[in-house]
Amino acid sequence: MSLSKEQAATAYWKENLRLMLGLLAVWFAVSFGAGILFVEQLNAIQFFGFPLGFWFAQQGSIYVFVLMIFFYVWKMNQLDRKYDLHEE
Amino acid sequence: MATQTLIYLFVGATFALYIGIALWTRAGSTSEYYVASKGVHPVLNGMATGADWMSAASFISMAGIIAFAGYDGSVYLMGWTGGYVLLAMCLAPYLRKFGKFTVPDFIGERYYSKAARLVAVVCVIFISFTYVAGQMRGVGIVFSRYLEVSIETGVVIGMAIVFFYSVLGGMKGITYTQVAQYCVMIFAYMVPAIYVSMMITGNPIPQLGFGSEVSGTGQSVVERLNGLGAELGFTAYTDGSKSMTDMFFITMALMVGTAGLPHVIVRFFTTPTVRDARKSAGYALLFIAILYTTAPALAAFARTNLLSSVPNASYQELPSWFKTWENAGLIGWMDKNNDGIIQYGPGAAFAGKPEFTGERGENGERLLKNPATPAETELYVDNDIMVLANPEIANLPGWVIALIAAGGLAAALSTAAGLLLVISTSISHDLLKSTLRPNISEKGELLAARLAAGVAVVVAGLFGIYPPGFVAQVVAFAFGLAAASFFPAIVMGIFSKKMNKEGAIAGMVVGLAFTFSYIVYFKFINPTATAADWWFGISPEGIGTLGMLFNFAAAVIVAKLTSAPPERIQHLVEDIRVPRGAGAAIDH
Repeated sequence: MSLSKEQAATAYWKENLRLMLGLLAVWFAVSFGAGILFVEQLNAIQFFGFPLGFWFAQQGSIYVFVLMIFFYVWKMNQLDRKYDLHEE
Repeated sequence: MATQTLIYLFVGATFALYIGIALWTRAGSTSEYYVASKGVHPVLNGMATGADWMSAASFISMAGIIAFAGYDGSVYLMGWTGGYVLLAMCLAPYLRKFGKFTVPDFIGERYYSKAARLVAVVCVIFISFTYVAGQMRGVGIVFSRYLEVSIETGVVIGMAIVFFYSVLGGMKGITYTQVAQYCVMIFAYMVPAIYVSMMITGNPIPQLGFGSEVSGTGQSVVERLNGLGAELGFTAYTDGSKSMTDMFFITMALMVGTAGLPHVIVRFFTTPTVRDARKSAGYALLFIAILYTTAPALAAFARTNLLSSVPNASYQELPSWFKTWENAGLIGWMDKNNDGIIQYGPGAAFAGKPEFTGERGENGERLLKNPATPAETELYVDNDIMVLANPEIANLPGWVIALIAAGGLAAALSTAAGLLLVISTSISHDLLKSTLRPNISEKGELLAARLAAGVAVVVAGLFGIYPPGFVAQVVAFAFGLAAASFFPAIVMGIFSKKMNKEGAIAGMVVGLAFTFSYIVYFKFINPTATAADWWFGISPEGIGTLGMLFNFAAAVIVAKLTSAPPERIQHLVEDIRVPRGAGAAIDH
């Protein structure tokens, strides 16, 4: 890649923000969305013995949070290397 | 062996372990003392963060709170885990890249202002003391319940242990002790949970048992809970009674507050690289999630046990655990209609926590002094009982009970130590070295840190022995204030190059002042106010969210009206946004 250092840093930051905002949308959707705002509608659906909204509020959101962070770590490590900004 | 002997053995062995670790990891420099020389492996840091984070309240009380609140209890589950997503993506990697020791360090340098640093120091000390008072009380309670000593003696023993390893080892000692404490704690939590899950559903994994059928009924656990509850007049376990707005605001305040708590943030200063800081947030949440996904399952099992055995049973025929915990003061029964049968339903049976007259009624129950309420329900069950009494309710062997005692102590001590370190660091580093006495030598600073930790232990202990009546009330403070002060200031410091010192200070002051006044007004000045009096139906627990929004708004407006931050600050922000070069920041 033939970007200058500043250009690389700017592009890196943009991609980082896009990833972060995307993941924050998921974060919001599983907790505030499924667990609170739409909990009643989702509770009409049965999911492995749970009303679905209740399951999201007490179990599902937490599982998604954990997976999300590891996904973020993996993507960021790729991004660090792509723009040659990783730690030596 | 008798259960009591086992308890002494387990607690003694874990304490010996903690002291051994402290001796092995003595801190010799301020960098070791403040951030363990930034040499902590991400998995170990994840465990240490888990122990740091999960307090006596998480370990002992949370399952009980959920058991009684049902769906409403989800605010704690989502709130206290979702914050780690924010930490991992918005704070931890950048603060690690910044590479200093404390949260006020970041605020002070990023906003090129001693005033900003001082506001931050005051918040750190206030938030951490609020929190630590509850921990020391927790230590005292576990001691008094299991080791047959008074709460005061318990607090003093706990203080001595924490003093030893936090003053000697600093962050380094605390980190490795917390790793051990995490292991003790999670083992102690999971063993009874697995037993109980097997007993009720036949499935050994509590998270799966939670959704399985209750053996012999053909109903799933939550269906059965809703059914049993409905017969007694409770709202459905899966529905809850908080308003949607309030659920939303409380959850948000807890998430953002978690991400803004100084003793949690500082753990991410201890990893060797930015990469490791990110990874370690993932491990931290993984280790926390093990307990946090088990807690609601445990809550549901415990509630099922309670509802299927106690209501409409005759007092004299109840199993022995009921009487054991009545003797401990965590259960109270007032036979309002003198039929010798326990009526249980919604509402409180009597006002306040049980106070006993010292005499026994005709069925052998302890008589209560508390004024009865008009409700038909006759039973008081303390939140804490769901975890503490579980082994006895499930007829588990004595060593499991001993394990719970050791686990509860591990949870309380690990959180207390983390908080005390943050307090001592803010005094020796932020107040002394960075503000009052910049010429202090490394040795002098280290000595000051140790003295400050010593004083903080004693103050925290006094809070534990003479708890101010408002301890339980002020936990809302810690989260609300962290949410309304640090989180916006740090996030804007990273994500906006234009945010200047005027904006940040205005934001913190507005956020803090608003949140503080709202909580003080509704908790202390006008505690009888009901949900109808709250602004937009937001309870004091959730008001930090609004405080945070005010903070952001005030900061943005003020920053627009004042001059942009100096060039070097904009470079600093560019620098913390990329991982490369994190090594250099270590030797400052």
